[in-house]
Amino acid sequence: MKRQWLASPYIVWMIMFIVVPMLLVLFYSVTEQTADGYRFTFDHFRRFVDPIYINVLFRSVALALISTVICLLLGYPMAAILASKEYSRKKILYMLIVLPMWMNILLRTYAWMTLLERNGIINTILSFLRLPPLDILYTNKAVVLGMVYNFLPFMILPIYSVLSKIDESVIEAAQDLGGNSFTVFRRVIFPLSLPGVMSGITMVFMPAVTTFVISRLLGGGQFTLIGNLIEQQFLSSGDWGFGSALSVIMMLLILASMGIMSKYEQEGGGGALW
Amino acid sequence: MVMRFLKKTYVFLIFAFLYAPILILIIFSFNQSKSRANWEGITLKWYMELFKDRQIMSALYNTILIAVLSSIVATLIGLIASIGIFSMKKLQQKVVLNLNYIPILNPDIVTGISLMVLYIFMKMPLGFVTMLLAHITFNIPYVILSILPKLKQMNKHLYEAALDLGATPIEAFWKVILPEIMPGIITGFLLAFTLSIDDFVISFFTTGSGFDNLSIVIFGMARRGISPKINALSTLMFISVLALLIIVNIRMSKDNTERRSKIEKSKDNGRYLPDVGHDI
Repeated sequence: MKRQWLASPYIVWMIMFIVVPMLLVLFYSVTEQTADGYRFTFDHFRRFVDPIYINVLFRSVALALISTVICLLLGYPMAAILASKEYSRKKILYMLIVLPMWMNILLRTYAWMTLLERNGIINTILSFLRLPPLDILYTNKAVVLGMVYNFLPFMILPIYSVLSKIDESVIEAAQDLGGNSFTVFRRVIFPLSLPGVMSGITMVFMPAVTTFVISRLLGGGQFTLIGNLIEQQFLSSGDWGFGSALSVIMMLLILASMGIMSKYEQEGGGGALW
Repeated sequence: MVMRFLKKTYVFLIFAFLYAPILILIIFSFNQSKSRANWEGITLKWYMELFKDRQIMSALYNTILIAVLSSIVATLIGLIASIGIFSMKKLQQKVVLNLNYIPILNPDIVTGISLMVLYIFMKMPLGFVTMLLAHITFNIPYVILSILPKLKQMNKHLYEAALDLGATPIEAFWKVILPEIMPGIITGFLLAFTLSIDDFVISFFTTGSGFDNLSIVIFGMARRGISPKINALSTLMFISVLALLIIVNIRMSKDNTERRSKIEKSKDNGRYLPDVGHDI
């Protein structure tokens, strides 16, 4: 049967709204407008090598990495507890982890502004307990907190789904062979859960390194992260060339980190959110 | 014993971390005072004023309008495209599916900016149409990824059998293929709808002044302080999502128990039938 042509409306759509826009961004990143049309140039990329901008890239990667590590440290035990047999109401707990993700990311981040404010709730409680106030709003710490808060479920869910599929008899065999619980974890459970860990890392790191919303609301300064820098180029400075070059760099960053991740990720290992 | 207590505490702390901000939002929607800093007693006035606020109401209307239109169009295009992609040759299929992954893997900000560049390049005025086109674009890949596995799972002889029994290809599609892949279509549609409702970044770059959705209104308000009306609105939205999830869950577990009891019954029948036969 020749039914391939049914896909053609979508192929046309994809070329118009996915391929052409990407090519346009690529085009703007390597050209500059002169009196007589466009001219090929590498200036936008060269401009990026300035320490100011390299620092922004460095900070984006660093903050995203820190958030990813914290998510892993907080999320793995949570996933392990949920996957253990003790909890009978797994489905409800699972729902409770998914539920916050249904709330608008801006609202969830905004709620942290309320909590962290100088006269906010956390500081009211701290001063009530005669503890020194916590003054982290509009700093990098608040950005990390916002990232951890928004992306923690993305770490818990894939690890949980891998852990709950591990064959119980494998763990029993390891125990029978004399492994204590730490050895069993290190040599059996953790290696088996690695695909979930990898997809969790990907699912936290990617949105964290590209966000501009969290840093805009909770962070200080104008360009905390590379996302803010891109937004600034397109919406206020109107420097499309530099903004496009930054977008290309961000895409390369994502491609590179996906390449690293996919080396470890096994097929079907990750948990679906749906 | 100690371990168990530690585990329970840990689970509690994580949930406290996840829900504290949401709880704060909800509590402050009942606050008399407009400021987030002090508490001046309980009121429902923000809920009243919410429905009178034209900016918020029109943003809510726009959000729902875009979500409904974009998810319907995306589901239709995605459904037709899935059938096309499904009957493609391997190599062709691989190329199209890889293209299909681009909007999913691309950072939202890059998708948003590249579309904005396209619209401005084509001299399209930014607003309702451009935002709708953007939402359809990022929704279609998810629809295709939900429908395609269902097509692959389907027994392809079913369609041929329908044709052999005298159905026209269109009849066979409506009566055989469509019911088989319906769960995938519904999942894809719901996924598209929620993605569209939730989106901020792509909408932010693809709309112009005069056409805002809720996320954009909230973003505009956030730095200078959000009105408690937004808290009231998010409380209502949170409660509707919660209610929806509970209903879906109850229905699903009901289905499951019914199915299980049916299976058990049929098992019982199977076990007792020989005896019955014996008696006869």
